[in-house]
Amino acid sequence: MTVIARALPALIGGLLLAAFPLVGGAFYVDLAATIMILAIFALSLELLVGHTGLVSFGHAAFFGVAAYATVLLSSKTVPPSVLWLLPAAMLVAAACALAVGALSLRTRGIYFIMVTLAFAQMAYYVFHDTRLGGGSDGIYLYVKPALAIGGVTLLDLDARLPFYYATLFALCLTYGFLLLVARSRFGHALAGIRANEQRMRAAGFATYPYKLAAFTLGGALAGVAGFLYAVKDGFVNPEILAWSQSGTVLLMVILGGVGSFRGAVIGALAFVLLKELFQSEAVFGGFTRHWQLMLGLVIIAAVALMPQGIVGLSAQWRARRRARPDVVHAD
Amino acid sequence: MTLATFLVQCLNAIQYGLLLFLVASGLTLIFGIMGVINLAHGSFYMIGAYMAYALAPWAAAHLGGGFFTALLIGLVLSVVLGYLLEWLFVSYLYEREHLQQVLMTYGLILVFEELRSLLFGDDVHGVAAPGWLAGTIPLGELMTYPVYRLFMSGVCLVVALGMWGVIARTRVGMAIRAGATNREMVQSLGIDIRMLYRLVFAAGMALAVLAGMIAAPVSSVYPGMGNQVLIICFVVVVIGGIGSIRGALVAALLVGFVDTFGKVFFPQAAGVLVYLLMAAVLLWRPEGLFRQA
Repeated sequence: MTVIARALPALIGGLLLAAFPLVGGAFYVDLAATIMILAIFALSLELLVGHTGLVSFGHAAFFGVAAYATVLLSSKTVPPSVLWLLPAAMLVAAACALAVGALSLRTRGIYFIMVTLAFAQMAYYVFHDTRLGGGSDGIYLYVKPALAIGGVTLLDLDARLPFYYATLFALCLTYGFLLLVARSRFGHALAGIRANEQRMRAAGFATYPYKLAAFTLGGALAGVAGFLYAVKDGFVNPEILAWSQSGTVLLMVILGGVGSFRGAVIGALAFVLLKELFQSEAVFGGFTRHWQLMLGLVIIAAVALMPQGIVGLSAQWRARRRARPDVVHAD
Repeated sequence: MTLATFLVQCLNAIQYGLLLFLVASGLTLIFGIMGVINLAHGSFYMIGAYMAYALAPWAAAHLGGGFFTALLIGLVLSVVLGYLLEWLFVSYLYEREHLQQVLMTYGLILVFEELRSLLFGDDVHGVAAPGWLAGTIPLGELMTYPVYRLFMSGVCLVVALGMWGVIARTRVGMAIRAGATNREMVQSLGIDIRMLYRLVFAAGMALAVLAGMIAAPVSSVYPGMGNQVLIICFVVVVIGGIGSIRGALVAALLVGFVDTFGKVFFPQAAGVLVYLLMAAVLLWRPEGLFRQA
């Protein structure tokens, strides 16, 4: 009963998203797809930040590397099959995460934050300075991937609605998978590492392989988001690996509320809607050019006023009410 | 590579390294003593550069001074600004997790960057070096070296020596060293730790602003200049070891040499070399070269 009750909001959310294209126009369907892609990205980081206690400031690297892999591995004439292209993109991202994680996880705390940032910056320069991926201009994805079996195209990611539902499917799968991971023995070990790594080691856990596995898994899932991003826009440039992208995804996780997968999805939704609001000419007129100023102020206010994020607001509010002596409790 | 070019590149490497040291030393002090990860430190560098751009003509017109009057005004302003910023934004962060510090200071970056855009626009601006420093000195038969770059290295060296003097030889320096080792103990000995933090933050900001101001005539001022420096300074701090000024100096010079000679020998991979250096150091000593226990 409680399991169903707790899963209910996610189920309702999923159903609403599934029904959304019936009412939303093309622009809003695209916007919702963007939100879902970023939600997958934020979920992959939440596994590290909220569930393992690893504050990675270079998560955009894996997102970006997978996006580049998607474009570079596709042929220019024949639609590549999703069946091998998506796993390939995930594999590339996971391999990068494994290499970066193996080095960065030797450090902790502030060091870890800075080292992951520096490695992401290194990936940025690889794509920015060399001709591997078209340099700073970026490259185009000419033919979008499809899923065809025996000559029959089952899924063409070039079309809006199939892409929307494929993204929704990927989001649900990622969300469900992460919930399972969190409930598994592996997930419990990660939670233990987050709470007290010393004690986990004392209890006989070699924490390094667990952290490295989580980091690699986070990278692979960021790869799913990167793949979808490249397919949606049909274009990648080095800016998707830039450190501001890592900052943005971290912002989504924290804005939503660290420690719950729900928070990551809500954070992605809140971030994209805020960005749309600040960039809307109708509301802010010519000032939209400086939308990042408003975003910056919102970030500062969010840190100061709601340290537990959006999902923590109700708990925070209840705690405040309880702390106030003049409120008489019925119980 | 002739001896003269080699010498010029060495001088460039030292100058770049020393400049990085000015920014990174403030960053490492703020990490080491206050335990705060300050992403906005690169913005302080940018603020310094734009101060030089905006203040130098103003000082020339109203005070009759030039670049150096601007330098002085900028330093005073930066200390005041650093003091205010610590009070308004950073002082909430001491008890919070690193995650929240990252986010708050990331928000500050966005705010500073957009304020810069509002005040000065998004164009690249040049800043004139003071006249008597604008010349060059001959090196060998064909090469020359700009006097201003030597002046930059000189300023950085003087500041580095001054910093060593303050930290190693004065009472405030003693409190800073003690604060880096054991915060609670310093507090219980009756030293006003909040005041100490505010001073350290203001000093760190002044160092970054000074670096930005003296770098402005060479690098000119442009959007996003702070972020570039910030990330390289992270690398410097990681290599040197958090909280270690000596480590920051050694690492900054190391990064200066690797970057400068990397651009000469491997222009394609120049952007990546510094990070490879960091990876190598991490493999060898995960805590950095000079991490104190």
